[in-house]
Amino acid sequence: MTAAALRVAMLAVLLALVIRPHWFEPVFAPLAPAGGPVIYDRASLLSLSLNHLGLVLAASVTATLVAVGLAVLVTRPAGAAFRPLARSVANMGQTFPPVAVLALAVPSLGFGSGPTLVALFLYGLLPILENAITGLTNLPRATMEAARGIGLSRGQRLMRVEIPLALPVILTGIRLSVVIALGTATIGSTVAARTLGEVIIAGLLTSNTALVLQGGLIVGLFAVLIHDAMLQIETRLLRGGRI
Amino acid sequence: MIEIIGLTKTYDSVKAVDDVTLTVESGTITVIVGTSGSGKTTLLRMVNRLEEPTSGEVRINGASTQAVAPHILRRRIGYVIQGNGLFPHHTVARNIAAVPNLLNWPRDRIAARVDELLDLFSLDPDQYRDRYPADLSGGQQQRVGVARALASRPDLMLMDEPFGALDPIIRARAQDDLRRIQRKLGSTILLVTHDMEEAIRLADRIAVMDGGRLVQYDAPARIIAHPATGFVADMVGDVERPLRLLSLIPVSEVVTDGSADGAAISAEASLRDALSACLWTGRTAVPVERDGVRIGQVTLDAIRARAEFRA
Repeated sequence: MTAAALRVAMLAVLLALVIRPHWFEPVFAPLAPAGGPVIYDRASLLSLSLNHLGLVLAASVTATLVAVGLAVLVTRPAGAAFRPLARSVANMGQTFPPVAVLALAVPSLGFGSGPTLVALFLYGLLPILENAITGLTNLPRATMEAARGIGLSRGQRLMRVEIPLALPVILTGIRLSVVIALGTATIGSTVAARTLGEVIIAGLLTSNTALVLQGGLIVGLFAVLIHDAMLQIETRLLRGGRI
Repeated sequence: MIEIIGLTKTYDSVKAVDDVTLTVESGTITVIVGTSGSGKTTLLRMVNRLEEPTSGEVRINGASTQAVAPHILRRRIGYVIQGNGLFPHHTVARNIAAVPNLLNWPRDRIAARVDELLDLFSLDPDQYRDRYPADLSGGQQQRVGVARALASRPDLMLMDEPFGALDPIIRARAQDDLRRIQRKLGSTILLVTHDMEEAIRLADRIAVMDGGRLVQYDAPARIIAHPATGFVADMVGDVERPLRLLSLIPVSEVVTDGSADGAAISAEASLRDALSACLWTGRTAVPVERDGVRIGQVTLDAIRARAEFRA
């Protein structure tokens, strides 16, 4: 009950911050420098938020498709030899600092959303890939043996048994990846992607704590609420299917 | 009729199964017995091509198993393994319906078949249909596993240590259930176990495997009375032989007129049960009843006569 109340309260604050930021002027005013803006006014916070979420969504969907596809390939007998390779490539994507990915991507992709998408995609790959490989390799032996023994083809075993049984672990990887992407997307504003990072960077450049706090608060609330929502979906799926 | 002809499986240079030939008559239970490493499971898995034979052939009702793709072949052959291997994310009904679904049976025919099988295994359909395997006891899961294997009325059912994970009391009940259902449906079953007791209890014919070779293939009574090799004799166990022989003979075969005192024994019980009843209550004869009506008695002398070694 209290969890639900907290959720509603956080959602209300978030919506108000994004749609009616001026309501919070008295709260942020003491933090703004004299003469500086109290509320970010060079773009609407709503459009920045939608853009931010759109980037994260696009990168996460692509990362999920690629990572799950790759995990399926390297857990087949024919692709097993590529498992170490796929793992180390995904690991490399994770070791690269996001700023470095952005810097390297700008010359070829230009400024804006392009390099940010690439960075988010590379960052999102590893958790999903690792979890999908773990899920697809730790299936109950007797169940897999029976699936083969009663006459399911390879494709049917994958779609009807392996993926459903590995789904909880895969979903955990996706959730992790989305939360990482929500935070990382702010850095995209250094190469002119239109994300909530813009607000934070503007605040940092003008020593305006009010703006830094606004941007940070909105990103943080999004991350917490989306994480929570995905967790709810996972548990509901589990309860429905008893996986 | 299942014909296994010169079946051999070689791993590296080790022969796991070495030139095994045997024929299983339709409507019978054949039990393959052996120690671990004897090749019994490999032999079974070659029948539905979970392992491909190095050489040799299997024919089911005259048709070679090599004639169709493995997964199509397997849909015609029931398969039960130790620990049942049910799909944990599917309900009991969906588990049982797995093969009929693969065969695209119409929905109402599948539903009717599921209920029929649940009834057959004494699981109330209304109560169990929509449950998940995790909600069932080990014995119930095992029954659902067998029901799944029977669902599409397969030509043949393969069972690999199907009762291995059950405790002794549940196991005995599961064995009785299997025998009852097999008689009722006339199924052909090939079952693998390491337990000679189980083999004697279930089999019409027993195949004893040792080191990849088939060392004896015979009716249980002959395996007990005339073991072909020292290994078979060891598997049967010298001390237990008379008792195992008695366990094969129903009381109804030696029932005589007379009215002994005390608690009665069922005509379907074995002479081993009758002997046990005699010894435990110090009687020299026990009354026999069928469907609650006393039909005579069985005497200790009659039991003794059947337990003696007859060359």
